[in-house]
Amino acid sequence: MRVLSALLLAAALATPVAAETVLIRDGRVVTNGTAGVIENGDVLIVDGRISAVGANVNAPAGARIVEANGRYVTPGAFAAMSEIGLSEISGSGAPNDATVNSDDISAAADAGRAFNPAVTAVAVTRMEGVTRAAIAPSRTGTIFGGRGALVSMDGEPDSLFRQNAFMVVELGETGASRAGGSRASLWPAFEAALRDAREYPNRYRSGQGGAILSELDAAALQPFARGQGLFLVHIENAADIRRLIRFKRDNPGLRFAIHGGAEAWQVADELARAQIPVIVDPLSNLPDRFERLSARLDNAAILERAGVAVAIAPAPGSVDAHQARLVLQLAGNAVANGMDWGAAFAAVSRTPAEIFGVGSQVGRLERNYQADVVIWDGDPLQVTSAPDVVFIEGVERPLASRQTLLRDRYHPSRREP
Amino acid sequence: MRSRLHPVIALVAGLALTACATAPETEREAANARAPFGSTYTPRPSTPTLIRNATVFDGKGAELANADVLMRDGRIVAVGQNLSADGATVVDGAGRFVTPGIIDAHSHLGVYPSPGIQATSDGNEITQPNTAEVWAEHSVWPQDPGFQRAVAGGVTTLHVLPGSANLFGGRGVTLRPVLGARTVQEMKFPDAPQSLKMACGENPARVYGSRNQSPATGMGNVAGYRQAFANAQRYARRLRNAEAGRGDPPDRDLEMETLAGVLNGDIILQWHCYRADEMANAIEVSREFDFEIAAFHHAVEAYKIADLLNEEGICAAMWADWWGFKIEAYDGIRENIPFVHASGGCAIVHSDSEVGIQRLNQEAAKALADGRRAGVEISRAEAWTWLSRNPARALHIDDETGTLEPGRRADVVVWSADPLSSYAVAERVYIDGALIYDRSRINDRPSDFELGQSYRESMQ
Repeated sequence: MRVLSALLLAAALATPVAAETVLIRDGRVVTNGTAGVIENGDVLIVDGRISAVGANVNAPAGARIVEANGRYVTPGAFAAMSEIGLSEISGSGAPNDATVNSDDISAAADAGRAFNPAVTAVAVTRMEGVTRAAIAPSRTGTIFGGRGALVSMDGEPDSLFRQNAFMVVELGETGASRAGGSRASLWPAFEAALRDAREYPNRYRSGQGGAILSELDAAALQPFARGQGLFLVHIENAADIRRLIRFKRDNPGLRFAIHGGAEAWQVADELARAQIPVIVDPLSNLPDRFERLSARLDNAAILERAGVAVAIAPAPGSVDAHQARLVLQLAGNAVANGMDWGAAFAAVSRTPAEIFGVGSQVGRLERNYQADVVIWDGDPLQVTSAPDVVFIEGVERPLASRQTLLRDRYHPSRREP
Repeated sequence: MRSRLHPVIALVAGLALTACATAPETEREAANARAPFGSTYTPRPSTPTLIRNATVFDGKGAELANADVLMRDGRIVAVGQNLSADGATVVDGAGRFVTPGIIDAHSHLGVYPSPGIQATSDGNEITQPNTAEVWAEHSVWPQDPGFQRAVAGGVTTLHVLPGSANLFGGRGVTLRPVLGARTVQEMKFPDAPQSLKMACGENPARVYGSRNQSPATGMGNVAGYRQAFANAQRYARRLRNAEAGRGDPPDRDLEMETLAGVLNGDIILQWHCYRADEMANAIEVSREFDFEIAAFHHAVEAYKIADLLNEEGICAAMWADWWGFKIEAYDGIRENIPFVHASGGCAIVHSDSEVGIQRLNQEAAKALADGRRAGVEISRAEAWTWLSRNPARALHIDDETGTLEPGRRADVVVWSADPLSSYAVAERVYIDGALIYDRSRINDRPSDFELGQSYRESMQ
């Protein structure tokens, strides 16, 4: 399976056919890297990758020059959690591949096998400067939400660039409700599943079977249970987070990130020491669930200051197929509530890439990174701003969608008298 | 234009007269002239306040630079330059923006409160397609922590509606987000009319169709509206006849009372409707039975019939950019609000969300920016009408609030920066001239629910 992933990755990252040599000149370049923000900076794109970034980059012969004229030039945004491509319309009885209603498959559910790059939400999302996304099923019948994938927003047939990127596991209220109705049964169920997976295939071939997992799910879970993949844990409250930190201490080989973490601010220092990244929703400030009683707007800022790797995405339960495009608005709200601008921008670009293991390929404007580059008409974290130009893998992508066609058809200036 | 205030009291008083015309009036009744379920809201104590030297959006579409806003006795006294403080508390507005308070025309705070569990899911009486007899205010839990969060987002008035599962969901109520209110009556905006919430489209057809019950389709929806209003016409006629001395009044029927209230204009109509063709059908129903529609809510396709809405004088209460979550929302575009505005219509930014209500200014900002990019020139002060004057109009409280005109209730927000921005925060929120939220203080009036939660100690 890992070989397959590597092959897919290699295929996806191959040089795009239409890649050209482009020099973006004189921008406010947010590198997300050691160079920080370069005023009046240039970005050179060659063969789909960043070739050079700096104050005075020479244009190779034949390069197309794009004048940024002081505009923001940034890496594309990375939607750290979404259901993009898993449905065209999520409700109304329309087909929705984000929802798995099988009794037989949960951990084995594979978002990468369901992704459709042709859904209209891809272009709609790209238009907001989002170039990459993590996707996963929204619901299964067990505590395992299935295998997530990483996708590009270029809409091309090869835009799935990493399958089996992470395994979603519910270890909070939702998990409890699916594992006997209580956290008291949830954690034993999780541990039993890990044992089943580690002992796959022997216990299944011997006829003993799994304590809790089907053979199919055990096979899918095995690499994660052996520390070869990331568990993305849906968890919100401080007590649950402390349990996870202790569990990681006892199982140092396993890799965890938290998605949710509304009360993570209470355990920020412990999370930093445990090196568990957190994907938070900066709009989560209501005690709308009992596991979120102490949700507060400056959660992201507190975590970031404590040294936790913070990414930003809608909270579990708010993730959807259509509004991942608003992830930059979420980051702007983190800034409004005390987070450093650079950290907030990284939380929707570099940090998700790092959490999902592709931080050496996307999320920065540095040499040899994929040339996912956006030129903005304003501060990208401002709701009033929008991209002027979006490159994905060095190719300028169309900023048009079904929505812009509807817009143009019904534009007030074009109405018949 | 007909009088917009006092209709509910008139209606309730009229019915009370019908029902108990012969009952002796006791002293207690004389002392307590308030109608049953009437507002007991009283403004918080206020001091005269002068906000000085701010950028002001007046709520009517004008922007004033370096302007002052003077409030006294709970009302706007003046907006202009170099106003005299005359003993008023002075607030430095330099670098800040002042706007009318945000009015959310579509909220479920209190009826779908936090925490959201089965027992608190109080917003949809999903028992039959016509529940015009229920009142959202009877489900409102004043301790919903969402009210405090809404105030912190600059909201000074909100209209709480039942959900959209039914053709007739029940009556909506206009509230003040009063922190510390013990009863819903303490939150009720004085003399604001109630609304009737109706619903088009997928929701009622799905809920009842799945029970093998009508409505199961769009045509079932329309038949359901028409039969109910036909029945209400008969009920209203019998009431009128009885008042004129012709025959007995009908037995009281709470469902009919609501619908008859719509027919006589005492209850305003707020209609959940996404698609252009369904809004057009709804307008035909209103023509057949001769009532007004105050606003279509969600109105994701309002941009397709902006001319029709404008002709009919119907507001559209919209999200900035929600789309795709169901097929009737599939044609949502980011320019819906600015296109309705550009057609001369009454555009409203609404939330329908306990999260969205906290930053409606950002939703207006997105709509403004997307409109401009599509070539629709709208000033930021005009965009603010989507948040205050227009919802006030749709709720029939525009004589009282929604602008900074002298004499209006002093519902005012001081923003840290241009509020059509991601980074601006509400620093001070005034309702009826009283400072009810000050960002520099911690939340010193959490709801009873939040009091004593262990985390609060750890926040000290």
